[in-house]
Amino acid sequence: MLDLSKYQSIGEALKDALDQFANEVCLIEADREREKERLTYREFKARAHLLAKALQDAGFAAGDRASIIMTNQSKWLISAYAIFLTGGTLVPLDYKLTPDEQWQLLKHSSASVLITEYPIWRQLSVAAGRTAAANLRTILVTEAPANADLAGARRWEEFRGEGEPIFIPRERKDTACIVYSSGTGGRPKGCMMTHENYLEQCVALTSIYPFWPGVRYLSILPTNHAIDFMVGFFGPFTCGATVVHLRTLRPEYVREAFPKYKITYVSLVPLVLKNLQKGLQARFDALPTGKRMFFNALVGINKVLTKRRPRLGISRRLLRQVHEAFGGELLAIIVGGAFTEPQTLQFFYDLGIPVANGYGLTEAGTAITVNDLKPFRADTVGKPLPGMEVRIVNPASDGVGEVSVRSKTVMAGYLNEPELTAEAIVDGWLMTGDLGRFDATGHLQLSGRKKNMIVTEEGKNIYPEDIEAVFESLPAKEFCVYAANYIWPKRSMVKEKLVLVLHLEQGQQFTEHLRQDINARNHRLLNYKRVHGVVLLDEDFPRTASLKIKRNVLAERLASLDSATAVLPL
Amino acid sequence: MRTLEQTTQEVLDLAATHFQLPAGSLAPGDDFFKKLGIDSLQTLEMLSRIENHFGIELPDYEVQGVSDFKTLAERIQSRL
Repeated sequence: MLDLSKYQSIGEALKDALDQFANEVCLIEADREREKERLTYREFKARAHLLAKALQDAGFAAGDRASIIMTNQSKWLISAYAIFLTGGTLVPLDYKLTPDEQWQLLKHSSASVLITEYPIWRQLSVAAGRTAAANLRTILVTEAPANADLAGARRWEEFRGEGEPIFIPRERKDTACIVYSSGTGGRPKGCMMTHENYLEQCVALTSIYPFWPGVRYLSILPTNHAIDFMVGFFGPFTCGATVVHLRTLRPEYVREAFPKYKITYVSLVPLVLKNLQKGLQARFDALPTGKRMFFNALVGINKVLTKRRPRLGISRRLLRQVHEAFGGELLAIIVGGAFTEPQTLQFFYDLGIPVANGYGLTEAGTAITVNDLKPFRADTVGKPLPGMEVRIVNPASDGVGEVSVRSKTVMAGYLNEPELTAEAIVDGWLMTGDLGRFDATGHLQLSGRKKNMIVTEEGKNIYPEDIEAVFESLPAKEFCVYAANYIWPKRSMVKEKLVLVLHLEQGQQFTEHLRQDINARNHRLLNYKRVHGVVLLDEDFPRTASLKIKRNVLAERLASLDSATAVLPL
Repeated sequence: MRTLEQTTQEVLDLAATHFQLPAGSLAPGDDFFKKLGIDSLQTLEMLSRIENHFGIELPDYEVQGVSDFKTLAERIQSRL
């Protein structure tokens, strides 16, 4: 691994890595059963230099912003490196957002370059929001069909400069990426992540979960997400490891990838891990009685032998078939993006497959705590990573309070939002909005959320404020969307729901027609953003002088209602 | 060449078979997340069956944000 302490920027570190590991394979890209591409670090560098030179020729300069909206693939990482090499700031956006949401963030970030895939561009180019992003000068699309109408974009594959690009150095304090932690309908929250944030995070994470040449990381979480950017790009690249991309995430192809590419690490969101658990459990249950009893006995032996620490050699021999299905070389499944239920973590650990669960948020530079497996504890999110100071603010008698963090990995702030930044970072401490406590052994246990946000099992952050747009002009006096946990704190990190609080006009009834109207609007939202119930409140919402709803005051008022009877199902 | 109606019907039949539901129990406008109680991953599983049936390849992004059978059938139709 490179000694990252001597580097100033992501670009500088990657530049050295590409030379140091020139002959190692850095990327494998597969589509269904076909392997599309396999690149060494030397080949990666050659491709990226063509793009970097063309960007420089087009006037892209230090501090300019370039956005990538792509599914996981080689061209994502090649483009990102070209941006860093030329001193740019990367704005990775979620390809799953709607075109108008993407335009809003392109505008907010003032990106001058957009790199995207043709099918995404086809939708983006005709969306109404296009006129908003006035700064955008260069649009590059990949894999456009021969006769395609590019609607003002250029082909990524043909955007090549002649000669070598000039490396533009950046300092540690400079912004490397603007990462949108959420927020589209209301106030976009663009986390300004510095080069130092990434360099420090990489050192901390690889101290516990190391990479080296020969390690194969299966990249499934979207690369725009902080976790995959770190463990599916920067981390493995600075260690000479290989990243495997799949162009389709159908479960059967993902399953095949493990044995085919002898995967060492993979990152998953809790939902996918849970599905994997269900699938395996069904297979175990289908075994004939005798075999099932024998298998359960082996799992029992494995549990005893791995009580203090993972012993992969033993687990692989004891439970050979299970491990072979995962390729036989899997060291750990990294799970992140949302809270994972302890029972799921324990299930995999008992099979001899450690799950590296942890806790983090984009604002803190990915991970704050990680399970160090010494010993494995399913009921906690692990201990703080090296370099992380974590404290519990205003603890109650049971020790539970708000988790706050101070570290070199904490973002510089939210782009163009000094007030939001001041709320989030107080005296150098990042207030996470999550509630938790430390146990006697120094493990962090999370127990709920303080902020008006939910995180789905798919790792999506949802701010109720963003949902409200679809309920505009609903025939009612006023309304407000909440995370139910925010009103009625449950001390739970799972099964969170959104509710719509309605104040009807005087004499108005909650009719079937109104219910249908709400359902119809609800359906315009992606399924994970939908509200699950309605709360009727027959009084005016408290508002500020500028007539904004005082969410916290209204929530306190609602908390006096009984959640069991107050929430009407839709 | 199939009509959109034929494609839609075949998609409904395939989905019903995949999720072991009686034939005719699904309608084009049904939201499959709500009607079938499935998540996006299970939708992807259903897609492979559909792909094999129609002999096409539907990239994952084509089904992003699609939650009803009618829209899904339209996406398939455009690739037939």
